[in-house]
Amino acid sequence: MERFSLDAAHLLAGGMVLVSFMMLYQNRILGLLNVFAAHAVVLSLSVAWQAYVQSAPHLFVTAAIALILKAIIIPVALHHMVLRLGVHRDIETVGGIGPTMLMGIGLVALSMVVMLPAAAEADPIAREDLALALSVILLGLLIMVTRQNAISQIVGFMSLENGLVLAATGARGMPLVVEISVAFSVLVAFIVIGVFLFRIRERFDTIDTQALDDFREGRE
Amino acid sequence: MSSLLHMLPFAPIDALLVVPGVAALLLALIPQYRLGARVNMLASGITFLFALTLLVERPDPTVSFLFVDDLNVVFVVLGTFVGFTTSIFSASYIGHEIEIGRLKPGYIRFYHGMYQALSFSMNLGLTANNIGLMWVAVELATLTTVLMVGLYRTQAALEAAWKYFILGSVGIALALFGTILIYMAARPVIGEGHDAMVWTTLIANASKFSPELLNVAFVFLMLGYGTKVGLAPLHAWLPDAHAEGPTPISAVLSGLLLNVALYALLRFKMLLAANPLAVAPGPLLVTLGLVSLIFAAFMLYLRRDIKRLFAYSSIEHMGLIAFAFGMGGPLANFAGLLHMTMHSLTKSAIFFAVGQVAQVKGTQKIADIRGLTESHPTLGWSLVVGVAAIAGLPPMGIFTSEFLLVSSTFARQPLLAIPLVIGLLLAFGALIWRLTGVAFGTPSPSVVDAGRPPSMVPLIIHLALVLIAGLYLPGPLVAWFQNVARMLG
Repeated sequence: MERFSLDAAHLLAGGMVLVSFMMLYQNRILGLLNVFAAHAVVLSLSVAWQAYVQSAPHLFVTAAIALILKAIIIPVALHHMVLRLGVHRDIETVGGIGPTMLMGIGLVALSMVVMLPAAAEADPIAREDLALALSVILLGLLIMVTRQNAISQIVGFMSLENGLVLAATGARGMPLVVEISVAFSVLVAFIVIGVFLFRIRERFDTIDTQALDDFREGRE
Repeated sequence: MSSLLHMLPFAPIDALLVVPGVAALLLALIPQYRLGARVNMLASGITFLFALTLLVERPDPTVSFLFVDDLNVVFVVLGTFVGFTTSIFSASYIGHEIEIGRLKPGYIRFYHGMYQALSFSMNLGLTANNIGLMWVAVELATLTTVLMVGLYRTQAALEAAWKYFILGSVGIALALFGTILIYMAARPVIGEGHDAMVWTTLIANASKFSPELLNVAFVFLMLGYGTKVGLAPLHAWLPDAHAEGPTPISAVLSGLLLNVALYALLRFKMLLAANPLAVAPGPLLVTLGLVSLIFAAFMLYLRRDIKRLFAYSSIEHMGLIAFAFGMGGPLANFAGLLHMTMHSLTKSAIFFAVGQVAQVKGTQKIADIRGLTESHPTLGWSLVVGVAAIAGLPPMGIFTSEFLLVSSTFARQPLLAIPLVIGLLLAFGALIWRLTGVAFGTPSPSVVDAGRPPSMVPLIIHLALVLIAGLYLPGPLVAWFQNVARMLG
């Protein structure tokens, strides 16, 4: 049982790294959003498994937040936004799939080399989870760096944040995990709202927001 | 005095959070500009007074999430003071921005509420006795400042806010990973749960932590909080955020927020220094500090926007401060603390002046601002004094701290002193070159100014303090800083 709980935790964390790789080569925004939703589902499974293994019921809250907010609400909202802005047919130059994937593999190797010896004294479930979480974080950074589109950058940031939640839940008994995941959700919500305002400004130039401002003044 | 404090329903340290918190909610309900500005000043003033009481009265660290020691009380007093004077400046500055129609009156409640929310989160970050709570506070401070930077809702302001947001978020994400690693290092020694994130227990047990984990954690913490300090090459958000936001926010960013991130960095540096097997954090800070200094010194020559110019000057000075703390030792740490204090006071004073300059000249372009000392003598000469101070001319306080830093570096690491001096001279040249153009010569046309001239009081108080510190440092203050310098190791 001990062995199985370990393997299952590693399987789920490894699954997140795989899904991160899938995000790396998505060159259409809608595809990227779908893969991100899958990423959040795997995260939520992984957190739920940690909650069960560590018998820490508060982690189920974090898992629920991941599932509802990040796997459903945010992808759906961004989906609508992308369709409304009419950018869903745009193809992003990801900068060569081959080199990007190679860099991704390099980053995963780097995080293994750095984290496994450093965390040698931690218990094995946390040790490998940390290494995999760092891989997810670095791959998220890579996604942010290789994209120019604001929405894709946000998706990259959110996958990075998923890596952080994975690390935080893997650290047995860490306090404030739920609070921190809520704080991060607030941040993400702000980002999404920010993109919305930002894209309006970019797409329709000053006319539309001018109308918004006038409306606001009219209500004063 | 102290018996009077006991009569209060809450401890002074809690008041640092309660006052701004309540004021933020209250101000969110006050649409009138004048009333809101007064309440904002009052709340900031009360917070500052409570911060002063911490000098004489310390709460018991075992009973609370908050704690005060010799190190953070310096940051708290300095921060609340700059917050108070900036609120005075903000009252007249924002009033003028509303008159000329740059700021919509509807945003007043938002602006004042956010100002106090920012004050709340900074006080929380500085006094939190828990590294998770400290992280949450820094995140909150980032969010509030992002919203303030985008206040004018222009294309440039939104872009600056967006850039700040994305870079700041990546920074705090990395800092969180570092925080998790610190917890992982502490857990085998201290045990699971809250204690393994409490600062006072962490520092007491740091010598028994796994050094490898601490090393990796520090790299992430340094990159994460270093982004918020504005150290090169992670500084890209800083100039935009300073240039496009309202000027009181530029003053608060340079005078306060950078210090909060620096404080977090110093705390973790102390943690590493307490573990003999962990890597020495000093050289890393020295490298980042020197890179920031030299890079910013060169960039100063290329600036065309006056607020951007002083934003790069902030990067330069944060680099100097990081260098000083990285060098370590009683003298360099003392210089670092003094420099941090002087920089906060001087840079916010400069932003007070620059904000008015931009208002009277109707532009932020350096090329379009000429002959200030002739057209606006008080304002022009204050700017001259401020820039002379920030460039490091005697007899101002920044000269003292830079002199201490350079002489102690020469004594210990002569080779490091060479790039340090080159950076200082380069920055000096750039600032003086820009200043002569802005302050002297034939005046450029001014905007016909119908409104009341903004208050010069905060500006003059700041510059006077910097001048006094340059001429004479009071004995108790020196003893205090020496004590903190020893603490920092």
